[in-house]
Amino acid sequence: MSLTLLIVQTLNGLQLGVLLFLIAAGLTLVFGVMDFINLAHGVQYMLGAYLAVMFYGLTGNFLFALILALGATLVFGLLLEFAVFRHLYDRDHLDQVIATFGVILFLNQGVKLLWGASPLSLPMPEALSGSVVLMPGILYPVWRLVIIGSGLGVALLLYLLVSHTRVGMLVRAGATNAPMVSALGVDIRRLFMIVFGFGTMLAGFAGIMIAPILSVEPGMGDTILILAFVVIVIGGIGSIRGAFLAALLIGLVDTLGRSFSVDILRLFMAPSPARTVGPAIASMLIYLLMAVVLYVRPAGLFPAKGR
Amino acid sequence: MADVTAPSSRAPARGLFTGNALPIAIFLLFVLVPLAATFKAEAYVLGLVTRVMIFAIAALALDLLVGYGALASFGHAAFIGLGAYAVGILASHGISDALISLPAALGVSALFAFLTGIVCLRTKGVYFIMITLAFGQMAYFTASSLAPYGGDDGLTVHMRSTFAGLPVFANDRALYYICLLSLLGAYLLCRALVASRFGRVYRGARENALRMSTIGFEVYRFQLVAYVIAGMLGGLSGFLLANATEFVSPAYMSWQRSGDLLIMVIFGGIGTLNGAIIGAAVFLLTEEWLSGFTEHWKVIFGPLLVLVALFARGGLIGVAQKLRGIFRG
Repeated sequence: MSLTLLIVQTLNGLQLGVLLFLIAAGLTLVFGVMDFINLAHGVQYMLGAYLAVMFYGLTGNFLFALILALGATLVFGLLLEFAVFRHLYDRDHLDQVIATFGVILFLNQGVKLLWGASPLSLPMPEALSGSVVLMPGILYPVWRLVIIGSGLGVALLLYLLVSHTRVGMLVRAGATNAPMVSALGVDIRRLFMIVFGFGTMLAGFAGIMIAPILSVEPGMGDTILILAFVVIVIGGIGSIRGAFLAALLIGLVDTLGRSFSVDILRLFMAPSPARTVGPAIASMLIYLLMAVVLYVRPAGLFPAKGR
Repeated sequence: MADVTAPSSRAPARGLFTGNALPIAIFLLFVLVPLAATFKAEAYVLGLVTRVMIFAIAALALDLLVGYGALASFGHAAFIGLGAYAVGILASHGISDALISLPAALGVSALFAFLTGIVCLRTKGVYFIMITLAFGQMAYFTASSLAPYGGDDGLTVHMRSTFAGLPVFANDRALYYICLLSLLGAYLLCRALVASRFGRVYRGARENALRMSTIGFEVYRFQLVAYVIAGMLGGLSGFLLANATEFVSPAYMSWQRSGDLLIMVIFGGIGTLNGAIIGAAVFLLTEEWLSGFTEHWKVIFGPLLVLVALFARGGLIGVAQKLRGIFRG
């Protein structure tokens, strides 16, 4: 386990972490403010990636594709909210689960219908496609640094929005006690539409940013959705700060676990069983972490709801 | 903690639908299917309905949790997978007698349910949904990394189970009746359980856990027992599934499969038991029917689910009751 590898993998972990944060931020607010389980949040991420590929094909410019795709995911998210989700807010969680599950099935297949089942790719902007020397002997792709940077930037922006603006104050109040906010005369539905649209856009943004690294394919949102759920549950539903810390934690634990589990296990056991057990443990690690956190603190690390 | 005092909005359906007419009709139908199937496409029909019954067992188990305990598990497919893997792994070592593999399937599921239940049941509501999902994913990833047993690709079960050396599972028709008997057994067990003293405490905890514990019941224990029983029924379903498909794969425990099971239960109408069986049948038959039209059947099925969630409160049984109400004025 060399230092170089450790540094590179830590950066990769950070990159996964900020990506997860972008998705989890919207999810945790929607969850926290309206108590709404949106399984379809992952498909927004997928949609962002697909739309970026489409707009890139039309314009041939990454920045235009980014802006157009962001706008399109926002419009699409609001459309979904208007057509489906709005009618489910005061329903049982199970109704929300089925409806949003249905939306996932529809969109995953719809994407396949429109763009085919084979993975697509989005070229990254020319200027940012190289690598930089971080330290002697450590080359790191610029684009991944851009993802980390933009993710941290969004986190900062969100922090400012949530803790220093009026809308942010209402959002925090909504996450703590939505009926009370509504009773005080705030149009909670409109507030929620804003939160929802913003969350959708963030998920779309995550999809667009990661598209040049990953292949764009149907169902790409499902895995990341589950990870995002782990993040918001560990962080405490409704808490942006919790989501941020938990996202970085999950990103690091998952990435480092995958890269070093075999090496660590080798210290205790023979190489060949270590090679079998290692990956299994690595993929279970974050779920174990979640189980432990929930066992100790059943409402997550930073619960937003006052109890 | 408003959620503790509010009674469940999903009270079980009452009236004719908890009586005996509906279940008798359902099981009679299942008995008659093989007779009707002799006329046309026997293997296909038998296979399909066998599948329906197998998933109905798992759906019943899930209804026991969701409908009667307000424990919305999003990881119930894990138990199907555990049961199936017990059969597959034992068979790959040459042990295919149900006298060994069935207890193994049930035992593994019970153990997993017990261990995860201890953690899961400490949480409530959304957190419960998410933590059961997490454990389901854990089981899924464990299965995909079982390289000696096929990993991601799964494992072919070369020999269906025998019972005390007799090849009773080998014949499709025999397997059909075994599944039917298992379903009947599972159904009767669940009904008896729900109606028993145990069931009353358990259902009481759904309505108001705080009040139940104030009366002096340790709600947690009752829920844990129910969770273990539901897990074992899931394991039974997996045991049968491995025999029916002669194949075991991590996909059996994917989170989508857990979602499917939830949909079956909600589709039929939760907290009714009959609804779980009807839901499993409607779900799988609709899936089969739509996939006959187009490979993109999910484009139709997805919006259908949305419509069910929006308009069919209480599932099919709920809708049927409403219609009855309208007819009677």
